[in-house]
Amino acid sequence: MDRGVDIARPLVTRHRRRWQVVALLAVPMIFLGYFFVYPLISISVRGLTVDGSLDPSIIGDVLADPSLRRVALFTVWQAALSTVLTLALGLPLAWVFARFSFRGKRVLSALTLVPFVLPTLVVATAFVNLLGPRGMLGVDLTGTLAIILIAHVFYNVAIVIRGVGSFWSSIDPRLEDAARTLGASRWTAFRTVTLPLLTPAIIATATLVFLFAFTSFGVVLVLGDLTHTTIEVEIYRQATAFLRLDVATTLAVLQIVGIGAVLAVYAMLERRSGSAFTQRFGEAKPPATRGERIAVRGVLTVGAMVLGTPIALLAVRSLRNPAGGFGIENYRNLFGLPAQSAAFIDPTEAVANSLLFATAAMVVAMAIGMLVAAALSLASRRTGRVLDTFVMLPLGTSAVTIGFGFLVALDWPVDLRGTALLIPIAHALVGIPFVVRTSSPALGGIEPELGEAAATLGASPWQVFRTVDLPIIRPALLVAAAFAFAISMGEFGATSFITRPASPTIPIAIFRYLGQPGSVPFGAAIALSVVLMVVTTLAVGSIDRFGTRQVGGRG
Amino acid sequence: MEHRSTLLAVLVVSVLALASCATSAQPDQLVLITHDSFALSEGTLDQFTEDTGIDVVVQTAGDAGSMVNQAVLTKDNPLGDVMYGVDNTFLSRAVDEGVFVPHTASDIDDVPEALRVEGDVVTPIDFGDVCINYDVAALADLGLEPPASLTDLTDDAYADLLVVQDPATSSPGLAFLMATIDAFPEGSEYDWRDYWADLFDNGVSVAGDWTQAYSVEFTRAGGDRPLVVSYASSPPFEVLFGELDTAPTGVMLDGCFRQIEYAGVLAGTEHPGPAGELVDFLLTTPVQEDIPLNMFVYPANSEADLPPVLTEYSVLPERPVQTDPSVIGAERERWIEEWTSLARS
Repeated sequence: MDRGVDIARPLVTRHRRRWQVVALLAVPMIFLGYFFVYPLISISVRGLTVDGSLDPSIIGDVLADPSLRRVALFTVWQAALSTVLTLALGLPLAWVFARFSFRGKRVLSALTLVPFVLPTLVVATAFVNLLGPRGMLGVDLTGTLAIILIAHVFYNVAIVIRGVGSFWSSIDPRLEDAARTLGASRWTAFRTVTLPLLTPAIIATATLVFLFAFTSFGVVLVLGDLTHTTIEVEIYRQATAFLRLDVATTLAVLQIVGIGAVLAVYAMLERRSGSAFTQRFGEAKPPATRGERIAVRGVLTVGAMVLGTPIALLAVRSLRNPAGGFGIENYRNLFGLPAQSAAFIDPTEAVANSLLFATAAMVVAMAIGMLVAAALSLASRRTGRVLDTFVMLPLGTSAVTIGFGFLVALDWPVDLRGTALLIPIAHALVGIPFVVRTSSPALGGIEPELGEAAATLGASPWQVFRTVDLPIIRPALLVAAAFAFAISMGEFGATSFITRPASPTIPIAIFRYLGQPGSVPFGAAIALSVVLMVVTTLAVGSIDRFGTRQVGGRG
Repeated sequence: MEHRSTLLAVLVVSVLALASCATSAQPDQLVLITHDSFALSEGTLDQFTEDTGIDVVVQTAGDAGSMVNQAVLTKDNPLGDVMYGVDNTFLSRAVDEGVFVPHTASDIDDVPEALRVEGDVVTPIDFGDVCINYDVAALADLGLEPPASLTDLTDDAYADLLVVQDPATSSPGLAFLMATIDAFPEGSEYDWRDYWADLFDNGVSVAGDWTQAYSVEFTRAGGDRPLVVSYASSPPFEVLFGELDTAPTGVMLDGCFRQIEYAGVLAGTEHPGPAGELVDFLLTTPVQEDIPLNMFVYPANSEADLPPVLTEYSVLPERPVQTDPSVIGAERERWIEEWTSLARS
């Protein structure tokens, strides 16, 4: 992938490569062009048009507004802090999951994705029970930066655990062992051997965490207060409360430009590590020494406390009957509220809709994302950087803006507005960056010579992909699929702001119940949140299992 | 809406609609755009289909603010035929932008004058009063009487007890702000800005939305605030949905703001006639009587009977604040911005 290597290759190969890149990118570019760039440009032009002509003077006003500048500063600051804290908790957990086998690992691994799909309001009730004015932990953190940061870690740590973990597990542990037999300490061996190999995956996941925290909406709206607010929340306030589309789109455009700049810097720093050593899996062993046992136990305990406590609290809360005492009343109420109200949603219908949308979103995100990742692995360095930055942008784009953009743009050439199709597509826009980010470090680690050798022996490009590349990137693809699925289960992104068929999903049903007074609907909302957790865990578990069986290879 | 296959049906139907694009006088279906809180009993809308042969497809568009914005953005090529759920705080924006074509509902004379708008261009469908609610037991534990007026809330006795919603992100929050503006009007010696400065001094908490305030910070939910901005209809629903005999919460009848929700025919619909019939249908008594227990609001049609739980456990304020929608339209941004800078200082 290095330029030096590129030049040394025969001209024909380079030429053919360029065409392969173009061919691979055709569908993703049409997709992202139509469902991302076109709506975004349409809504920006609309927002900045005053009396029929484009008037960009509002941009100057926004830049000069001191309160908006404070919001921008806070957004960057909390996102950076959130990223550091998420890495601090996530990396040790990634190490444990990658290197060790222990009882309940499969279930625990699927459970790490649970926070990712929980509606913010539900998490907020758990957090306030723990860290609120009458919280069990005895400290009141409501309205502080701390509670926002803890929530971001809670939500995003799965990205690090799974993103870095899958890559880590593909690094041959014998490399470190070799360094240690040569006299290196455990830490030196890690720092000089494993860490450099891990760096691309760490950078890739850190970027994702940063973008998620940067565009955080629900957490900040619910747990923050008026002085702790992000650009994303401000865009929502400007667009829906003040009906100031001009200010909202300006903020959205500035947000994209800022994020694009950060991503471009990252892309330049990112060393695409190529290493032939990163191609063995399934080396997880039970902790062998006493030190390892203590370390594994310690890391898992801390992880369980941060991730498990709010989840356990919700599970227990779901068993508290509306009229007092413990039981399964809340679950029974899901199938028919006792009162004569019909503000009731059939839970099986909500589960079916959620699964349907999430599967569709996953398929779309995987298809587009894998094409992009494949193109990235073949593209020249400069093209790669631009491409990499571009496909990340949807993650850094305000959901209100994309939602409204769909409305003003997607009635041409056919009217897609209001159709159920837009729901998985909007979710896939958030999923694609995950697929690209998690699979390209793995693809980057494949020595091109492997594929070329196979091709010399007469393998078609598809055969090369299936027999050489696919087994290597399998763990990464499973991670990507799980995230693309979970993003849709949690109803991330623009779908809250678009007109859609009134077909309830689990999160929509939860919001409906939370919006009603009385202890019965509240209990039903919590019970349904537990259902959401269980369904997600089962689905992610079966994605893992399915993938492992299908692409057996060397696992 | 009630069938799992609806999803597929909507897809197929929209594709078919695209393909045919026929402008017949009698459409096969009408699209009703509404907000996320919309709910009616199963089968209520089927009556319309039986009467007219037209199916009603319900599409949801986020919260009320998001819905109005979408309507404004798509007014040249609307997403549906009828929009229901615009309230009096957003109405003037929608009307000024030409989102609706005027339609006077057939039963409009059954709607009290106070709920109607000039020229009856849109039709009031329901209303609800935003009032301070209190937790009866929690106040008793503190040895406090329920507050009787907005002024009481600035009293030391009620320090750190009230939670309100941010008027920029919550419609009851905006309603309460407007109730205070009405009680302490601009130009008087002590105006709403002075009042809010006192409220903030007295430790009022600001939540992002109704659920955060009511289901997290309110003492009934385990929070530490026994006073919360909610609806006059909340206590009866506490009874109904808490399986109780007496209301655990009460309503302070001073400083209430009346929210009215309207339905109207969207400009640009190809079927203004049938769309008008759908608006008429929403005001008929069967629909009106179905609304309260589904959406926790009162029917606009005075001929509609109320469910017993509402008549038994609910008290309506005698003179709730009703600010003219056009005044709200002109001032809301300034009000919210001034409030926000007060809250941040």
